[in-house]
Amino acid sequence: MATRLQFENNCEIGVFSKLTNAYCLVAIGGSENFYSTFESELADYIPVVKTSIGGTRIIGRMCAGNKNGLIVPHSTTDQELQHLRNSLPDSVVVQRIEEKLSALGNCIACNDYVALTHTDLDKETEEIIADVLGVEVFRQTIAGNILVGSYCAFSNKGGLVHPHTSIEDLDELSTLLQVPLVAGTVNRGSEVVAAGLTVNDWTAFCGSDTTATELSVIESVFKLREAQPSAIVDEMRKSLIDSYV
Amino acid sequence: MAQENGMFVVHQTVGSVLCCKCGIPMQPNAANMCVRCLRSEIDITEGLLKQVTILYCPECETYLQPPKTRIRALLESRELLTFCLKRLNLDKAKVTLVHAEFVWTEPHSKRLKVKLRIQKEVLHGAVLEQAYIVEYVVHHNMCDYCNRLQANPDQWVASVQLRQHVPHRRTFFYLEQLILKHDAVSQAIRIKQIVHGIDFFFSNRSHAVKFLEFVGKVAPIKSRSDKELVSQDSKSNTYNYKHTFSVEICPICREDLVCLPPKVSNNLGNLGPLVICTRLTNSIMLMDPNTLRYCFLDADQYWRSPFKSLLNSRRLVEYIVLDIDNVSPEVNVSGSRYALADAQVARVSDFGRNDTIFHIRTHLGHLLSPGDYALGYDIYGANPNDSELDKYRSLVLPEVILLKKSYEEKRQRKRGKPRAWKLKKLNMEVDDSGNARVDQDKVANEYEEFLRDLEENPDLRFNVSLYRDKEYQPSETASMTDDGEQVPSVPLDELLAELDIKDEDDEEAEGSNMKE
Repeated sequence: MATRLQFENNCEIGVFSKLTNAYCLVAIGGSENFYSTFESELADYIPVVKTSIGGTRIIGRMCAGNKNGLIVPHSTTDQELQHLRNSLPDSVVVQRIEEKLSALGNCIACNDYVALTHTDLDKETEEIIADVLGVEVFRQTIAGNILVGSYCAFSNKGGLVHPHTSIEDLDELSTLLQVPLVAGTVNRGSEVVAAGLTVNDWTAFCGSDTTATELSVIESVFKLREAQPSAIVDEMRKSLIDSYV
Repeated sequence: MAQENGMFVVHQTVGSVLCCKCGIPMQPNAANMCVRCLRSEIDITEGLLKQVTILYCPECETYLQPPKTRIRALLESRELLTFCLKRLNLDKAKVTLVHAEFVWTEPHSKRLKVKLRIQKEVLHGAVLEQAYIVEYVVHHNMCDYCNRLQANPDQWVASVQLRQHVPHRRTFFYLEQLILKHDAVSQAIRIKQIVHGIDFFFSNRSHAVKFLEFVGKVAPIKSRSDKELVSQDSKSNTYNYKHTFSVEICPICREDLVCLPPKVSNNLGNLGPLVICTRLTNSIMLMDPNTLRYCFLDADQYWRSPFKSLLNSRRLVEYIVLDIDNVSPEVNVSGSRYALADAQVARVSDFGRNDTIFHIRTHLGHLLSPGDYALGYDIYGANPNDSELDKYRSLVLPEVILLKKSYEEKRQRKRGKPRAWKLKKLNMEVDDSGNARVDQDKVANEYEEFLRDLEENPDLRFNVSLYRDKEYQPSETASMTDDGEQVPSVPLDELLAELDIKDEDDEEAEGSNMKE
């Protein structure tokens, strides 16, 4: 299920949070509402960590990560890096990189297997991404925008891209990513998809301006209706019970 | 660009996204919302005027353009549309006007409707176009000027009192035609004819000054202006005056006989002293009929040492020419031709009674031939009581000064026949106090004489607009006039056709007026 929320009256919640299949990072806000929404949805399954990166709250735009790892920019302080390493599961590698494009969230879009990156990213950075996140890296643009991290959001199940993406681009991207993609909007027509939406394999959070239509598009493309963290177990249990009965 | 360079370009098909509000598939746009949703979401006409009150003066049929300008415009005209659009302040609202047109409304409804199409940028650069109708409520509201006029139509601010102290009105007949031709008093509120002149009333001082300048260009005048304080408001420093311009036209008229004062005569190189005035514009042309010497006096020179006429054209006497003997060939004196001649003339009234014959010198040698009639001043029989004349001790007066050829005999036949042309008239009020009836006959006579003058004198006609008289039909008897010289008349090609813009009803009314 997708949840609508806002961060201090701001609907761009993808800016202030980072959600993956293994952890969730949340900006340190003035009120506890934002954090507790994530907490109530996710606490049973993955750790929800309050943090800042480089002293800023726009953590969603500063870092990139998946269940395998987290890449933070060079502006990240040692304390923050230590805090992240302590809070995240041991299986998640936290890596700080020396890349001049420090808003990594805007430059990198990834799921657990594939990453799309900004065309101007360093060769070394590309290698680190591939190593740390365990993904295949493609330098791409989306509807002519080089900030791939801003204009698309995808999980292992599906993806939402900039509304102006042509059908040919959609086909190419979904071939690369091996997930179904759809062009769409969040936050009542906003085309900055990744800023208004943060998603993993079983849940999504989007800005409170998001309309019912957009929400239904998001839920269907990310396959959130049937997807529950316990869905697989439920499925198994049903068949077990079936077989028992 | 890329294709021009021969590069391969992937063809791009525009996809469709769901409208973020209603969910119908549509082409992505800047707002990512379908046009209907955008319309329902945003009304670009919000804050624009939908009903406007405009003020209209039913008297002068103008619209008020605040703060003060008044605009005359017909219904559904371009000017009115411009005026209506100006009232909306669309620039301030930052919308672009694409189209505007009137929606027809009943003229009596006091409503104007204008249909507008406007464009405005909304939501991240999406441009929305929308049509709407503005209703203008026309309030009838008399303008200041009409209001004042309605309260008292005679509220003049400046008056020009034109005077000439002579016993006839010829000058004013001529001046009337000049004024009509140049449309010099179109702004006059009222024109009033009085004994020795005409009063013109204006609602504005500058109109009066303009008229004054005009008169100064066509006649030798002297003027003075006075003003009377009507009201004042010393706090706001406003003062209302009534201005009066007293204008005097010099009493010398065309064809007048003048005895120049010795001083003037000396100044003009011992001209005269008996001279006739041959032409009158803003300067006076004086000519000595004995020598053909002439000079021009402008208004300034005249009023510095004014003089009066000795005899005026009412005192002309008819003579018959018995013999004529040209002394000089024809000469051109500033545009008109003259020839000196010795002539023997006799008064028509004496003709056949006594043998009084005058041997005189005349300037009309080129016109006259024995047997002709001529008009002249009978100095022999006159008893001039003129102080200027007395100053010349040893002056030998000529017995007769001929002035012009007379067509009286021939004209007898034509008496009562209508003219092929007519003149326009100023709309003048007549001051009908006292013996108006006697004056009317006199004025009618003078007018007839003026018309004859016009016929005889092309110089005079030059400044006057003659109009073709539609009622006139040339009678056959008139066209069969016999031998030789004819009475001078106005050639048909000099006449103007009158401008005729009127409805049929008006025409009938006009026709009946003419019959009266």
